[in-house]
Formats: sequence, C-alpha cells, structure tokens
Amino acid sequence: MTTLTVPDQQAKIAVRNLNFYYGKFHALKGINLNIPEKKVTAFIGPSGCGKSTLLRTFNRMYELYPEQRAEGEIVLDGENLLTSKQDVALIRAKVGMVFQKPTPFPMSIYDNIAFGVKLFENLSAADMDDRVEWALRKAALWTEVKDKLAQSGSGLSGGQQQRLCIARGIAIKPEVLLLDEPCSALDPISTAKVEELIAELKDEYTVVIVTHNMQQAARCSDYTAYMYLGDLVEFGETEQMFFKPTRKETEDYITGRFG
Amino acid sequence: MPDKHLSTQFDSDLNGVSTRVMEMGGLVESQIHQAIYALSQFSSEAANQVVEAEQRVNAMEIEIDRDLASIIARRQPTARDLRLLLAISKTTANLERVGDEANKIARMVKSIIESGSARALPSTDLRVAAELASGLLRKALDAFARLDTSTAVAILKEDDLIDREFDGFVRKLITYMMEDPRTISASLDLLFLAKAIERIGDHAKNIAEFIIYVVKGTDVRHSSIVEVESAVR
Repeated sequence: MTTLTVPDQQAKIAVRNLNFYYGKFHALKGINLNIPEKKVTAFIGPSGCGKSTLLRTFNRMYELYPEQRAEGEIVLDGENLLTSKQDVALIRAKVGMVFQKPTPFPMSIYDNIAFGVKLFENLSAADMDDRVEWALRKAALWTEVKDKLAQSGSGLSGGQQQRLCIARGIAIKPEVLLLDEPCSALDPISTAKVEELIAELKDEYTVVIVTHNMQQAARCSDYTAYMYLGDLVEFGETEQMFFKPTRKETEDYITGRFG
Repeated sequence: MPDKHLSTQFDSDLNGVSTRVMEMGGLVESQIHQAIYALSQFSSEAANQVVEAEQRVNAMEIEIDRDLASIIARRQPTARDLRLLLAISKTTANLERVGDEANKIARMVKSIIESGSARALPSTDLRVAAELASGLLRKALDAFARLDTSTAVAILKEDDLIDREFDGFVRKLITYMMEDPRTISASLDLLFLAKAIERIGDHAKNIAEFIIYVVKGTDVRHSSIVEVESAVR
C-alpha cells in the first residue's frame, strides 16, 4: 500500500518499500511514507504494530541487536541511511532519540548535556555553558535546575529526567528528533510541559513521536500515521485522521472499537 | 451505532443520550399534532396544552446538553463518535425551535379564535402543510435513529415541497385580503402560522443534514442537492 500524502519535496525523511525482520518475523511490511520537514509526525497503533520498530530504523538503532535487519530505503537529505557509509554515530547526531523511560547518564546534570556535545564539537568553556543553558531552557528545565547543575541527573524527578534527556537530545542540534513514548512514565503536568516543548521544537526540528496516547497524538502532531500488524494503514493530517479518517480500520481504532 | 466500543459504558452513554433525543423528538411531535388539532378544530383547550408542553421540551434540551458535555469531558470522543455528539447537540437545538414554532401556532390559533373570523379563512390548506411538515420531522427523527442517509436526502428534497406550498398559500391569502379587508387581521395571523409551519420543515431539513454529517463526515449545510447527493454517494 502506498500512502504518500506529503509531497516528496517537503519530506525530511522518505521511507520507501521498507521491510523489517526480527529474525524470521516480518515486522514491517513494505512501508512507504514521507516524514514532513519541521512538522510533528505521530505514529499510533496497538502494541506490536511496528511503530517503535519503524522509529528505530530512522537512526539505525536496531543495529545494536543481531538478527534484526531492514530492507528498502530510508532517505534522509538524499542519502539512504540503511546503506550509508557514514559513521552511525554521525547519523545519530543528526537523528536524535529520546526513549520511553528517562535514561539520564550517571553524571551531573551539566555533564549529561555536555557529554554528547563534546563528541561532535570543540567548544570553549563559555560556549559550552551557553549551549547547556540553551538546551535546558529549550527543554523547559532551566529554571528548575540552574542552581544544581553539578548535582547528579538521577536525583531529578521522572518528568525532569525526561526533559533532561530531551535537552541532551537537542543539545547536539540534530535535524530530526525521535521520541519513543516520551510521556508514558510522566504525570499530566510533566506531560503538558513535554508537549509544549514539542510544539516549540518543530520550528527548528523535524519531530517524530510514537505514542500509545491517542489524545497526545491528536494534541501535538501535524500528521498522524496509523499502523497495524506491520502495515501502514493510513497516514494523513492529524485533524483529518481524528475527525474523518478514510479507512474503517483507523476509525475503529481511534474511536475505541478495536478488539 | 452498529459496532461496539471496547468500553460498554461508553456505548451505554451514547445510547442513553440518543434515546433522550428521540424522546424529546416524540414530545415535540406530539406538540405539533396538538397544534394542528387546535388549528383544525379551533380548540383553545388543545392550544393551551401545546403551550404547557413547552417547559418540558426546554428542560429536555438542557438535560441533553449536560449529558453531551459530560460524555465529551469523560470520553474525548473522536471521528464518528464526535460527529454524532455534535449532531445530537444541534438536533436538540433544532427540536427546541420546532417546539417554539408549535407554540407560536397554538398562540395564533387562540388569537384567531378571539377575533371571531376563524371560519371564513382557508385554514384547511394550512392543515395539509402542517401534516407535511410534521411528517417530515417524523421521518427526519427516524432516519437519525437509523443514521439513514438516503432518507436524509429524500427529506431535503421534500422540504422544497413545503416551501412551494407556503408560497402558494401566501398568494391565496392576498386574494382573500383584497376581496374582504375585514379578514386582514386574521389573515396576518394565518400568515405567521404558515411561516411557523414552513420553519418546522426547515428544522426537519437541518436534522436530515446532520445525519449526512455523522455518517459521511461532510457538512452539507448550504449545499445544493447535487452536492449533497455526491457527498452521500
């Protein structure tokens, strides 16, 4: 099935005929779609539909595991990421990722942010301070942590840790930010802050979010893709998807008739 | 609603509010019938009963709106469910207006009875139009209960018939008034009455449009019948 509601020229990432296998299990079946640049694209679907798998192909995160392979094309800025000879660390610097559970490094709040930046850039101490502050401000965390930058990141609350991870993700100035269920462990207030942040980030970044929370997809994305059993069932503008989806399968899922 | 939600509570909330709308529709319909009876028999007693039912209709509108707000707050409905709830809200508002029109008819009937010139005027024509309008509302409510778009389209076409009846009736009244100026005052009452009947037809038409909105997701208000038919196809 081809679903290309976003024209090629607006695509930051173009997925073409993507198949993905966990050993013999065929987890993604011929996915075709364009992720629009500087927009928020949400993936929804029941557990096991392949939405996180798809997200993990966008920065070749799956390569960390043997027996997992992807076939097809994921074109970022004209280059197929799957066959790219680029250092995978460079790809991941361009395509950052935040996971479901907050994963602060066991180091200070300041170093959590500076760590990644040091790998790719050689900044003076003053510039590094600026960068850390910029990232923390962007992630709406600065006022809460500015007086305890030297303290450990793991001392923060869950919501703060997640925003720290987002700050770490954007500190290296990626072009694409992948968020895999970023709010599933957060309370409503932290969730609202992260969603606020997502809305702000799309001015500069292309954001892709996987979420189980359909209302979250409805609230903060511009485009929504519905996946089921490894197929991309429908992809379209979020408003359309939640008000008048084209396919009955999508409607059944978003109205809670799925079962 | 044909297929069920995972949450049976959600299903029963939706069914509950749909049933309330049908109840309200039934109440409004009986108001119209009573008003038509008052008109044909020149019965002030029947006219008074129409006016009395008004409060119950108004109270039902408020209750249904409260139920809708509660479902939206608790369930965050989407797609077809959301469209259904929006359509129910609008249908309820239209039904309340139909109740107002029935009231107007009842009050006019009383005013005509008091003027004493009742029998000299062509009120039979009006009864026919009133039956047409109330039949249309009945059909619209049935179609809403079944979410039947082809009946909805038929209703839109039929409303044109009522509009034509109205135009014909106005021409007839003018002749009466020219022939005998003493009937002018009662004729004006009949004119308002005819207008009220015509409005009932319009409300039935609005409800028919909401059915298409729920099922097809297309807002067909202010569209030509050709556009409506292509939306339903």
